[in-house]
Amino acid sequence: MTLAWRFARTVLGFGALAVATVLLAPLVGATAIDFRRAFDFSIPFADNVDAQIFFVARLPRTLAGACVGGLFAASGVVFQGLLRNPLATPFTLGVSTGAALGAVLAITFNWSLGFIGISAVPVAAFVGSLVAVAIVYALAQARHRGLSTTVLLLAGVTMNAFFSAMILFVQYFASFADTYRTLRWLMGDLDVSSYEPLLAALPTATVAFVVFAWLARPLNLLSLGPDSAESRGLDVARAQRAAFLSASLATGAAVSIGGPIGFVGIIIPHLVRLMVGPDHRLVLPAATLFGAAFLVGCDLIARTILAPVELPVGIITALLGGPFFLWLLIRKP
Amino acid sequence: MAAHQKALTRPVAALAALLAVLAAAPHRQAAPAPARGVARIISLVPAVTEMIYEIGAGPRVVAVSSYDTYPPEVKRLPNVGALLDPNVERILSLKPDLVVVYGSQTDLKQQLARAGVGVFDYRHAGLEGVTATIRALGARTGDAARAEDLAARIDRGIDAIRRKVHDRPKPRTLLVFGRERMALRGIYASGGTGFMDDMLTAAGGANVFAEVKMEAVQASTEQILAKRPDVIVETRATNSAFAVGERDAELNVWKVLGAIPAVRSNRVYFLFDDRIVIPGPRVVEGTEALARTLHPDVFR
Repeated sequence: MTLAWRFARTVLGFGALAVATVLLAPLVGATAIDFRRAFDFSIPFADNVDAQIFFVARLPRTLAGACVGGLFAASGVVFQGLLRNPLATPFTLGVSTGAALGAVLAITFNWSLGFIGISAVPVAAFVGSLVAVAIVYALAQARHRGLSTTVLLLAGVTMNAFFSAMILFVQYFASFADTYRTLRWLMGDLDVSSYEPLLAALPTATVAFVVFAWLARPLNLLSLGPDSAESRGLDVARAQRAAFLSASLATGAAVSIGGPIGFVGIIIPHLVRLMVGPDHRLVLPAATLFGAAFLVGCDLIARTILAPVELPVGIITALLGGPFFLWLLIRKP
Repeated sequence: MAAHQKALTRPVAALAALLAVLAAAPHRQAAPAPARGVARIISLVPAVTEMIYEIGAGPRVVAVSSYDTYPPEVKRLPNVGALLDPNVERILSLKPDLVVVYGSQTDLKQQLARAGVGVFDYRHAGLEGVTATIRALGARTGDAARAEDLAARIDRGIDAIRRKVHDRPKPRTLLVFGRERMALRGIYASGGTGFMDDMLTAAGGANVFAEVKMEAVQASTEQILAKRPDVIVETRATNSAFAVGERDAELNVWKVLGAIPAVRSNRVYFLFDDRIVIPGPRVVEGTEALARTLHPDVFR
């Protein structure tokens, strides 16, 4: 079977799943809506509750789920390839904890960007992720000509611990209600209620996916080990840098939209590898599409299962992901 | 084996005896003669601090929590931590004979009991809980008569508001007490139990989340749209008021949900008012502020 054919089959298969999920999810919700009214454009949008539920509440939320799920799953693949560690996640290298520190600061100290009419929380989260990336990157490059993945891993894990401690420190100053909101932010929330957060993350996400497309072959070579990859003509340092920066940016963008929703970045890459094999040229697109479908599905459960109350989507992914992660650990290769 | 065990038994027994003495010691000094009043009070709960001052026991308060700001004289008192970080050492060094703690502070309660300090155990409840707490507090501090007066005054005040609005149509109300700035995200609203729901009901409003038997509901935009509230009241602590100029921007945030009657008829209100968010003796004023917002025609 040629690669082109397998690629087409993979993308079509997982693409159909993702498209079907994204089309079906907004049709289901915690409340009953009249679809004939929702799509009746003769009723002014301002008066049409059904249309607003569909286009303001459900559709942006579904798209946010697809976007965040795809970004987490793809960056999970890249981090696992880069660190050559199957247990790496988008959160291993401190990006999401940096983002969380930014968000927690914005929530606790009530930062406002009211003068330009946007919420400070996603902005602070994205800036936090950039700070974390810069620190970890600088550390990993400081004592090596290239990028040492060992130092990268150690620096990432250390920054994770440090940022977590900073979050607790900031929490100490928070009022009780803010502590509650912070905790809730950390569980993930896709109810974005507008398209702006998605549009804001679009440039970063696009850049990341363009780099991911280029990275597929280098990641295949890296899986043989840096020396073999080098001997086959790969500029290892450049590939590692591109992988680290693009996956980190993707993670930062995803966290700024939906918060640090766990497990998507680890379950999906492994499930996909079980289905399409280890070739990154297939794993990357498949994981992106499957991740999108998976998170949209999890959010659908989160928003309907206890209606009218909703469950944080991070709890659903954790309930599904935790046991899966353990199975992965004890499974015979 | 047996000898080994025997060798161990003696020190263990000695240690146990010592522990027993140590454990018993504070109990002996504890249980002071049931005094008619208490002379040194520490309150870790702002709502109860307000009650203590209102029943006339204020001069006997020696320290409060870090969240306390009312009445203004508490700002001069030492602060001994709060719900999550009570400073036991400072509390004990102030030699209180009554400490007001929140129900969930189990460790603190045990430590105080071991030190023989009286504890007044409090948990937020509905509006009825406010007057019940005031009465229990008065009995404890020896100010039962003034506590009874205060409780009766609160009951009368709430009843008066109820009577004023009882024949008015009840607007379906979303009572928000937390939200991300400049976005309709992380919205927390009052569910169908607790003092906020009771105050809303007394003020002549119908809580849109009445059927959810929780104090706090995270409200999704879909739920808010589907509930179609006639009025949205956003309430926060007094000190979290938006800066001038940001108020309109924060109001505009709701415009996205233009199909909601409250948004269409410009009935979204901000009430930055401790009297609504603290279930203390000022609940009558808080309830009245809500009632004025919901029924402006009744209160002129």
